[in-house]
Amino acid sequence: MAIVIDKSQRWRVVAAHLFLICLCALVIFPLLMVVSISLRPGNFATGSLIPTTISLEHWRFALGLPVTNADGQVIIPDLPVLRWLWNSVKVATLSATTAVLLSTTAAYAFSRMKFGGKKASLVGLMLMQMFPTILALIAIHAIFSRLGHTFPAFGIDSPWALVLAYSGGIALHIWTIKGFYETIPAEIEEAATVDGATPWQAFWRVLLPMALPIIMVIFLLAFIGAVNEYPVASILLRSQDQLTMAAGMKQFLYQQKYLWGDFAAAAILSGLPIAVVFILVQRWMISGLTAGANKG
Amino acid sequence: MPMSPVLKRLLPPLLMVLLGLAGLYVVTVIYATGETLLAGVMLVTLVCFVWIYTSKRTYAYRYLFPGIGAALIFVVFPMLYTIRIGFTNYSSTNLLTFKRATQYLLEETYRAEGATYTSELHADGNRWRFRLEDADSGVTFATEPFALGAEGTHLTLKAQSATGLLPSDEMPLKDLIDRQPFLKGITVVMPDGGQVRMTGLREFAPSRPQFTHNADGSLTNNETHDVLRPNFKTGFYETADGESVTPGFQVDIGWKNYVDIFTDTSLREPLWRIFTWTIVFSTLTVVFCTALGMVLAVLLSWENLRFRGVYRLLLFLPYAVPGFISILVFKGLFNNNFGEINLVLNGLFGIKPTWFSDPFLAKTMILIVNTWLGFPYMMVVCMGLIKAIPQDLYEASAVAGAGPITNFFRITMPLILKPLTPLLISSFAFNFNNFVLISLLTGGLPDFLNTSTPAGTTDILVSYTYRMAFQDSGQKFGLGAAISTVVFLMVAVISMIQIRSTRIAEDTKR
Repeated sequence: MAIVIDKSQRWRVVAAHLFLICLCALVIFPLLMVVSISLRPGNFATGSLIPTTISLEHWRFALGLPVTNADGQVIIPDLPVLRWLWNSVKVATLSATTAVLLSTTAAYAFSRMKFGGKKASLVGLMLMQMFPTILALIAIHAIFSRLGHTFPAFGIDSPWALVLAYSGGIALHIWTIKGFYETIPAEIEEAATVDGATPWQAFWRVLLPMALPIIMVIFLLAFIGAVNEYPVASILLRSQDQLTMAAGMKQFLYQQKYLWGDFAAAAILSGLPIAVVFILVQRWMISGLTAGANKG
Repeated sequence: MPMSPVLKRLLPPLLMVLLGLAGLYVVTVIYATGETLLAGVMLVTLVCFVWIYTSKRTYAYRYLFPGIGAALIFVVFPMLYTIRIGFTNYSSTNLLTFKRATQYLLEETYRAEGATYTSELHADGNRWRFRLEDADSGVTFATEPFALGAEGTHLTLKAQSATGLLPSDEMPLKDLIDRQPFLKGITVVMPDGGQVRMTGLREFAPSRPQFTHNADGSLTNNETHDVLRPNFKTGFYETADGESVTPGFQVDIGWKNYVDIFTDTSLREPLWRIFTWTIVFSTLTVVFCTALGMVLAVLLSWENLRFRGVYRLLLFLPYAVPGFISILVFKGLFNNNFGEINLVLNGLFGIKPTWFSDPFLAKTMILIVNTWLGFPYMMVVCMGLIKAIPQDLYEASAVAGAGPITNFFRITMPLILKPLTPLLISSFAFNFNNFVLISLLTGGLPDFLNTSTPAGTTDILVSYTYRMAFQDSGQKFGLGAAISTVVFLMVAVISMIQIRSTRIAEDTKR
């Protein structure tokens, strides 16, 4: 820019940089600290941000490998981190698939068809979203423990119970996908219908392939949502081997059993991929949402 | 191979009939086990399913049914069911249904008069036999061989007198303990016709059912000859002089939970304090997050600043890290003794605040952590809103000689505050129910000292009900559900305000 910058302006820029750098340091400090702690020997040791001695014992613990500690004792990790990670991935994949299946079809009806109660159900979905699941925890617990008497596969401690419990939370997804469908001209499907396609074929063969980007976004969002969900997972899953990452992680930091270093390694192991995916999806989500909003 | 047209036309209805029949069969089986509610829900779902996928007029609903159905069954139904539970005494003392409680009592046994036997469990091929020895006379008996089964199966075995030892090994004690629940269900009929059951790990004794079911629904205690009658007001079987017998069962108790919430002082006192803290906590969170987020958004929208992308990405990080991880990270960092934050504070100022045991410091810590978690969202939202402010406003103010501070308070803030209001309210509502933060960071601790049920100084309403239902104070599901229902009403009010403010924000946009 060719504009002459006066002196006060230059000072302001420097001040802003200073402020932002300090704040960034403050915000990033906990995250960097975790990396440092995961590489530091021992669970109580203290030290500088850059560890002087690097030890991989916590990473071995998180990966379930036996650890030899300072007195030559071999410790077999008792918290099945990889197992929890696998449970999380399993539950999240299943529930994200369910969410995509249920919300793409419902959004199709909402954006392309006429039927009684359309407006009311759209508003109803929005209102439903305002009441957090946490308020119904007692009922969810009661429902699934009773369901478990009849169908043990869907009772307490079953990943399927969690998938079912999450399957209802699709109101926002329906709205998002509906917004995206409305950016796609209906004429393309109408042309297919003229050529003899049934509404289902028009949906499955014509509309869905065009909506693939938003489906990916919804899948990833639902996936992240399921991995991060804590309250329902913590009441529906009880036994150590069935826990998801979110429900199990707190066991590292009990007062009586404080595994700070092991926790740090496990936290990076499970948190890093999710954070990366989230940052990538986030851009998509904003563009997808605004694209829908412009039209609707 | 192409299907013949007749088959193609007949196949769908045929499949539908088969599906419907299979569904009906399952519903009947479930109804027979006594789960009336579950059977009812499934029946309604089944009927809707068959109707929607066969009628031509309901074509659009074929696409809606799975999604809306899931939302109704797994979101709306649990909410209604919560309200329902709020009117019952469902708790750890009244956990079972009436039918199951009665069944439980009828399975109770007591030790009757008669000879006792010491027992040994021996393998017999891949089956097992008991060897019983009369404790007084030393006469020995052996049962017929049997296979180990699951808990809850009842077996009756005949015993015959047998001299000498059984050929193979005894079951190890550890396995014997594991198999107890099954073994306790075995009744052995002795040659003289007497019945004995397992009364200890290595002991059989005559035992008889504690209760007999009478025609009028009462139970007679076979040992003391007391008569127990079910009391559907308290949810217990009671003796004639009003003594209740555990386990209790679930009954409706009307508005009692609500009356307790609003009149019982030992409950009302902590609830009121928790409610106040909930409000303070969510308000301050919104204020701090918005203030920080807005200032950062203004700075990052300033075109003379370089590296804005880098700052943006770094400042966005807290939002991307899964909440359950970052909250637990802070729990560790704030730890009184080995936390890194206290280490730094100790090094710089020589202080070691007790973040987890002092109520005020705990609250401060919660607010710090929640601001860290929440400001990136506000920052991103504000940046979007600032982009929409017409640039000529700033040009005009520059001509008038206004500085950046005037610009912020006179132009930027007033213009983005209005479209921001609905988001502020929804953020308030979110934090009002921010269970994950409280539960993972402090768990509501430190507790109030003078309450009957554990209640924490940092508890918010939802974490309090969670503790009441699932943690330390005896699974008070009914009371917890009643409090949840009250919170439902509060959320409804907040939502109404939000909807109204959204409408106002949209009207002014036009």
